Amino acid sequence: MFLTINTTGTPERPATDLGFLLHKHPDNVQAFSTSYGTAHVLYPEASVWRCTAALLLEVDPVALVRRGKGKGRGGAPDAALAQYVNDRPYAASSLLAVALSRVFSSAMKGRCAARPERAGQPLPLRIEVPALPARGGSELVRALFEPLGWTVTVDAVPLDERFPEWGDSRYVRLVLEGELRLADALRHLYVLLPVLDDAKHYWVASDEVDKLLRAGDGWLAEHPEQRLITSRYLSRRWSLTRAAMERLELVRLAETDDSEVEEIDNAVEEIDDAVEASAADAVDKSTAASDDAEGSDRPVPLAVQRRQAILEALREAGASRVLDLGCGQGQLVQEMLKDSRFREIVGVDVSMRALTTAARRLKLERMGERQAERVTLLQGSLAYTDTRLKGYDAAVLCEVVEHVDLARLPALEYAVFGSARPGTVLVTTPNAEYNVRWETLPAGHVRHGDHRFEWTREEFRGWAGRVAERHGYEVEFAPVGPDDPEVGPPTQMATFRLKTLKTLKSSKTLKSSTTSETGAESPKNTARPAEDTPQDADAKEANAA
Amino acid sequence: MTHQNEQGTGAAGGGPRILGVTDLSLVVLVGASGSGKSTFARRHFRPTEIISSDFCRGLVADDENDQSASKDAFDVLHYIAGKRLAAGRLTVVDATSVQQESRKQLIQLARQYDVLPIAIVLDVPEEVCAERNAARADRAGMPRRVIQRHIRELRRSLRHLEREGFRKVYILRGVEQVEAAQVVRERRFNDLTHLTGPFDVIGDVHGCSSELEALLGKLGYVDGVHPEGRTAVFVGDLVDRGPDTPGVLRRVMSMTASGNALCVPGNHENKLGRWLKGRKVQHTHGLAETIEQLEGESEEFRQQVAEFIDGLVSHYVLDGARLVVSHAGLPEKYHGRTSGRVRSHALYGDTTGETDEFGLPVRYPWAEDYRGRAAVVYGHTPVPTATWLNNTICLDTGVVFGGKLTALRWPERELVDVPAEKVWYEPAKPLATEAPGGHEGRPLDLADVHGRRVVETRYAGRVSVREENAAAALEVVSRFAVDPRLMPYLPPTMAPTATSRVDGYLEHPAEAFAQYAADGVGRVVCEEKHMGSRAVALVCRDADVARERFGATAATGETGVTGSLYTRTGRPFFDDAAVTEEILGRLRTAVTQAGLWEELETDWLLLDAELMPWSLKASGLLRTQYAAVGAASGAVFPDALAVLEAAAARGAEVGDLLARQRERAADAAAFTDAYRRYCWRTDGLEGVRLAPFQILAVQGRSLAALPHDEQLALIDRMVEHDGSGLLGATRRLFVDTGDPASLQAGTDWWLEMTGRGGEGMVVKPVEALVRDGQGRLVQPGVKCRGREYLRIIYGPEYTRPDNLERLRSRFLGHKRSLALREYALGLEALDRLAAGEPLWRVHEAVFAVLALESEPVDPRL
Repeated sequence: MFLTINTTGTPERPATDLGFLLHKHPDNVQAFSTSYGTAHVLYPEASVWRCTAALLLEVDPVALVRRGKGKGRGGAPDAALAQYVNDRPYAASSLLAVALSRVFSSAMKGRCAARPERAGQPLPLRIEVPALPARGGSELVRALFEPLGWTVTVDAVPLDERFPEWGDSRYVRLVLEGELRLADALRHLYVLLPVLDDAKHYWVASDEVDKLLRAGDGWLAEHPEQRLITSRYLSRRWSLTRAAMERLELVRLAETDDSEVEEIDNAVEEIDDAVEASAADAVDKSTAASDDAEGSDRPVPLAVQRRQAILEALREAGASRVLDLGCGQGQLVQEMLKDSRFREIVGVDVSMRALTTAARRLKLERMGERQAERVTLLQGSLAYTDTRLKGYDAAVLCEVVEHVDLARLPALEYAVFGSARPGTVLVTTPNAEYNVRWETLPAGHVRHGDHRFEWTREEFRGWAGRVAERHGYEVEFAPVGPDDPEVGPPTQMATFRLKTLKTLKSSKTLKSSTTSETGAESPKNTARPAEDTPQDADAKEANAA
Repeated sequence: MTHQNEQGTGAAGGGPRILGVTDLSLVVLVGASGSGKSTFARRHFRPTEIISSDFCRGLVADDENDQSASKDAFDVLHYIAGKRLAAGRLTVVDATSVQQESRKQLIQLARQYDVLPIAIVLDVPEEVCAERNAARADRAGMPRRVIQRHIRELRRSLRHLEREGFRKVYILRGVEQVEAAQVVRERRFNDLTHLTGPFDVIGDVHGCSSELEALLGKLGYVDGVHPEGRTAVFVGDLVDRGPDTPGVLRRVMSMTASGNALCVPGNHENKLGRWLKGRKVQHTHGLAETIEQLEGESEEFRQQVAEFIDGLVSHYVLDGARLVVSHAGLPEKYHGRTSGRVRSHALYGDTTGETDEFGLPVRYPWAEDYRGRAAVVYGHTPVPTATWLNNTICLDTGVVFGGKLTALRWPERELVDVPAEKVWYEPAKPLATEAPGGHEGRPLDLADVHGRRVVETRYAGRVSVREENAAAALEVVSRFAVDPRLMPYLPPTMAPTATSRVDGYLEHPAEAFAQYAADGVGRVVCEEKHMGSRAVALVCRDADVARERFGATAATGETGVTGSLYTRTGRPFFDDAAVTEEILGRLRTAVTQAGLWEELETDWLLLDAELMPWSLKASGLLRTQYAAVGAASGAVFPDALAVLEAAAARGAEVGDLLARQRERAADAAAFTDAYRRYCWRTDGLEGVRLAPFQILAVQGRSLAALPHDEQLALIDRMVEHDGSGLLGATRRLFVDTGDPASLQAGTDWWLEMTGRGGEGMVVKPVEALVRDGQGRLVQPGVKCRGREYLRIIYGPEYTRPDNLERLRSRFLGHKRSLALREYALGLEALDRLAAGEPLWRVHEAVFAVLALESEPVDPRL
């Protein structure tokens, strides 16, 4: 909420010209009302030699929270975004950037009727931001400002000196020094303060994005971090919409437990894939270095290989009605839709957000009737049995089991193999042995923050064998990805097949002899009516397959 | 078939014709257009019981006579009839039904819902029909040949009706018979809901006469008669395998004949019955022994046995539909129904279609799926011990295989048994395994929690859960929660006290005291509010108790699980199961030392507690939110103040602004102090403290209504006997809401405690569970948070007068309502747990608490 802009001068080019350039007189204290509070401009020093302007935004925290509507329901659009305990009144956030553009709008455009020549020239500038939220840390701060001609000094702010073990906060004290035009300096700040801000507690109107891009005119296009800068705008807007629209209930439950919603709802961002993608990149680069001409021959990402392996196994099993248990964002469902042999595809996930994303990705609402009939997305949970899942040809558990606590795994086993009981079950899971091959993965770490365990090949085979034994399946194993001679493949896959059943021919029957003469009691239709129990259906399916 | 269609034919003009109609059946009227079906239906049945095809035609086509709409009209008719039959309501179909094809669909419908199809035929002369139609404006144009065709088709059908599947057929010939007929509703044979017992339900006897006599003696029967008028109910399989089938039959037959017993048939009776009728049956599974024993009996006795078996009704619904007895168990949708498959299930149960390694059919675990309100008592599958599962119990404890003969006293729900005198018959497979409903990690069903639900509670009626809230709870439970068996409770939310007008305060005890005084609560307890994380602890005396009572099983490689320790959303408090066990061990020691197992007659306790420090569990939140705010403010204010001071020194007009920033800086520092009070370093369990404040339940009892003074006295003893330093006491003060001095003392106590950095206090009625003058639940507690603590909630600067004034307009209504609904659900969960109700019933209420926690309510309240 606070920054200072300092310049130095000489009698020929007095520092106090800063007042002209900013359109704010150095002897005055001026206040401007903005939508989040009052902005003050004042000068702690103003001489020919040195002049410092300070911008102080007094954020009204209560107003910030109470902007929204809804009596007794938390006011703001999202309970969690509307914390009274909020760094906005202290940190140099996107709110400060907005205030900056409001208070110094002419200066940002480089207009100065009184000193037009100076507005077009670089000045010796020193900008201090004592509390800057910097997601990405000092490295990113440098990477953002140094290419623009600034000399950057960044000091980390500790979270709490009483608890040094908590480490540094996400705030830094930033000092920028350089010879730049004032208008450029302001536009840099206007764009980069929000980029560095962890924007969780702030939402922007859609037209502000255009304003931000306008402010980047002339320098953003050539900036080496241009992609990051723009993508952070976009992702910020996206994540806010997402947070506001899709998971209010979960946000509240997280709060109940003094935790954050990201901790609870992690189905959508697959860090797993990110690690693998970056590993693939690394491989890519090394191959490119050694094999200079072959650089374009990018290896297929593991996630894609996994889906290919699964589709192959499904085709081999002759499955046409398939459950994707833990379908996430629906990538596998999308692949299956391309093959008409899969007549009925059911994507199941516990995450409502994942299902919403999947529906969007599949464009379910715009899909033709015939195609749409093949897909169903359901919220479900493998911690419970679910009659809706009975009677399918096959079920896929792609990178799912490792997200379940070991103690709760028997529930999943029963729900899938005992209750849903499809003819074929495919399970893929990371091979922990392979982790040493991921260069980006620190030793001893799992591939995803939510992995409750990762199994070696032996552990996986042991588990799969016991499950198959208990529930009457046969199991085979296959590698997915390069099968390293020492540590095996990155992903391991098990294919379970329901053993052929000794079906009781017409099951136990009452012969018609039970016709006692007790009137109402005596069953006239003595043969057991053909019952559509899922088990029967299973048996038929299994036999057919 | 007792009702013969010929019976009435010659009786035209005689006495009234009595038509017996089973009280749950599908009655199909058959007759030509104009034969008087609608008039007949109106005369004998309630208007809502009748669905006419004409009416349905009108519904779909705006014209009751539009024959082109018939297909849709019958779809509607079948749909409505299906809904009625599913709900167990007698239904009359008023359509011509003269064609076999149309009747076939109705018979299928009856079979689908396992009710009896009954045909009543109105065979009225063509002239009469034509005359009647002519009198009706809308049918006057109907060609004569239509009626003729109807009558032709009807006549052709008459002989086939029974073969088509109608279980009763009444043919009324001519107008007079139709006019004279009287419909009498008959109870189903299986409907004995009017009998209230008390009953002694006895498991599979299998010819073990001596053990049966011993058991009857133990139950108090003297020569087949109970002096207190109790009724024995046999679950079938009286015969085969054992040493004295004739003796058993003699006893049971005489008891049923004299009204001292009821009996349902088992599959063994069924087979014996067929043999007695001379049918060819295999003499396996112990039938050979029975045949041999019956050879020694008189022909007359064998005849009596045959008649007895013939007269057995497949299952009984007893005691106001609270009790169902059937040999092989019965799913709820079959209770009180009558069809071949109901009888088949009652005698044989359902199978999965698979066979096990002994070549025996694998039984479908219907009891696992059972969610009915009626208790189902059955036999058929030998189990080592009779245990309840989802309100069902199997009483076949394999007496003939050397087990025991078991009886269930109803409504007492007590088990009485006598051991087998010897192994009378070698079992085909070992008895010990495969109890129906054996766990194998089988979880609950999604249908128990998913979607919009209404939970019936004892204390607040029906509490509904919305779909989106259930969906959110499902996510959390699925990803993180401990096993539902070890999570029998989740704590409800608590409302704060009404907003205070006292200068400088948002919350103050005065309002809390006043609120309880207004509710008629004279004595309240003020309990210190610990600032940590809420924790529920289930502590069992040992791993065996945890396994037997709660089904706790250790993950592979772990030592025995003796309980659980979880958060407000059901997550395990510690990732490391060993740490949980360490805490449970210390709790257990304290409980043992304090002698509470004996005193409370229990081997497990469910505790509500607070686990400290806050920083232990909430460190993520602390770092990203609370400490972050402290860090940002700490970094910015020195610079900002220096600049303001410099500007002031230059003579700039900053007076107000500077003073304000100084205050803000002071507020931010106070905020940092506030959260720091609840953070301290821990090393393993060193520095961790647990403060229990309520014993929620023990074996067979919910303690939610135990007055708080007694509660705290029990907990104090636990704390005193804790040698490990884990347990912390909860300070308290009792206040009389009618005594100004006492009220002042309460306020002073709160001021003193919060002045030293305490979070605040919770004010509760001493009597714990209290209703107000209108019989509504009173809030079980309201929180009254300290002035400094509230900075963590409302922000560092909330105490500034203009902020405070705005913050005072907060709306407590929804939070209070939510607190009461969750409280009622919590009480319900505890009552269900204490009563030993099925797990899904307990989990339903627990899950609902979590779902309600995701309702939109101001999170700062």
